[in-house]
Amino acid sequence: MSATIYKHEFFSRLKSVLVWSVSLMLLVLFFFSIFQSFADQAALLNEMMAQFPPALLEAFGITKTDLSSVLGYFSFLLVFVQLCLAIQAGNYGFGLVSIEETELTADFLLTKPVSRLQIITSKLLVAFSCLLLTDLAVTASTFIAIALLSGGRPYDTGTLGLLLVSMLILQLFFLSVGMVISLLVHRVRSVTPYSLALGFGAYILAAFSGIFGDVKLEYITPFKQIDAAYIVLHNAYDMPLLLVNLAVTVVALLASYALYLRRDIPTAS
Amino acid sequence: MSIIEVEHLTKYYGKSRGIVDVSFNVDEGEIFGFIGPNGAGKSTTIRLLLSLIHPTSGNARVFGKDVVTHGPEIRRDIGYLPSEVYYYEGMKVIDLLKYSASFYACDCTARLKELSELMELELNRRISDLSYGNKKKVGIVQGLLHSPRLLFLDEPTAGLDPLMQRKFFDLVRQENARGVTVFFSSHILGEVQRLCTRVGIIREGKIAEISDIHTLQQNNYKKVHITAQGLDPHAFDIPGVTNLQSEDSSVHFFFKGDINLVLRKIAPLQVSDVSIEEPSLEEIFMHYYE
Repeated sequence: MSATIYKHEFFSRLKSVLVWSVSLMLLVLFFFSIFQSFADQAALLNEMMAQFPPALLEAFGITKTDLSSVLGYFSFLLVFVQLCLAIQAGNYGFGLVSIEETELTADFLLTKPVSRLQIITSKLLVAFSCLLLTDLAVTASTFIAIALLSGGRPYDTGTLGLLLVSMLILQLFFLSVGMVISLLVHRVRSVTPYSLALGFGAYILAAFSGIFGDVKLEYITPFKQIDAAYIVLHNAYDMPLLLVNLAVTVVALLASYALYLRRDIPTAS
Repeated sequence: MSIIEVEHLTKYYGKSRGIVDVSFNVDEGEIFGFIGPNGAGKSTTIRLLLSLIHPTSGNARVFGKDVVTHGPEIRRDIGYLPSEVYYYEGMKVIDLLKYSASFYACDCTARLKELSELMELELNRRISDLSYGNKKKVGIVQGLLHSPRLLFLDEPTAGLDPLMQRKFFDLVRQENARGVTVFFSSHILGEVQRLCTRVGIIREGKIAEISDIHTLQQNNYKKVHITAQGLDPHAFDIPGVTNLQSEDSSVHFFFKGDINLVLRKIAPLQVSDVSIEEPSLEEIFMHYYE
């Protein structure tokens, strides 16, 4: 870990963190601003939901969700927050080391008296800090939204905690998987298409996994591994799936280290 | 003492060749020229020594330490100027240089100032606004500001105007006078000739020749040019003569061997002009590539 790199990287990411954090805070507040009208007309709402084709509801993961409860509603909006967080974390993961090669600054950094272990560790810690800051922003806005806009409806704090922590688990997954993919391909030219593809890809898989109930897609898509609806329903994580998720994260992380330490830095031209 | 020791260093990128079985030494305090055309393996060699890439086989030591295992330690005392300079585009020149300096244990502020003034660098401009030549100047300053013991210059003069080139060469000579070893890679032979004490010639990934620059020039071919009335070009078709060319009453050729043989041939002639000179490195170089 090199404090020099950490400082430099952190400040260069700060703007991105602010934009993501503020956007997500607004997203949460916006969703919650219409919660009361949802909740007040729960009966009507459930009647309306019954009209929708079940496959569509499955795709949005709201079959088992009671939208008139605080956590039910939160778990519904959390899917969108998760999608954003996945794309953000994917961005950081794909760009973590590849950005130095795309912008051809790898030569500069890697000829300094720091080891690659220090470089990748510092960069990972920066990305981790940034994701954590975003999480804190979302958490803060969630508590503010519930306090101001839920009309004092009761909810289970423990389950809310599980939901909020699940964001971090999801972020770490996309961060490390993004990073390992960026090290496996020859050269990442632009980060965003990759992270969008990974984020939306995983999300769509999760949606399909809902439609074809018997196909075991949940083993590969993190949106199913940490399904907000499941957490609300059971007040717990789906342990086997969570472990699969964590295992993928750890393997991707270790593989990234191994690949980066041995990597041949392409010539800048 | 050898600052750089390279033994049987080989690098393949997949199946394509980088360098093959390259061995050489660079001694402390010398300016070692490394010449070869594009794609011969000059940058590959430098990148191996900086551990930007990893050798397929063989090994290399800098300051007596293995480049693969002691990279960070070695790089403390290394300055590197790549052939193409790229920096964080959004940064200001001064911030980049300070960032660069912060990796080293020294207080480089004075040196930073001194070098920037010398290279006429505008410190408050953004990197993205700089021309190629100006980026190169940033490269020079950031390569030198921590007073390294060993300098890697990879085709350093590209993009610099002649005035800046001269300043840069003076700077390299000054550094060398302080005891800094310089590894100077180039395909422009003139500058190598001006600066270097010893050269290694690399060709298709292999070392073709390593020698003292004077020996390279002296022990080799002489360039002979004669103008005389009634000259018979065939008279000079003797062993040791190559590239014999004649036009009208003049003849020129390269000669390797006892120069007296040529002088005896010239003596009976009524010459109007004669010159025997050392070939330029350029011409020697072409010879290695024939």
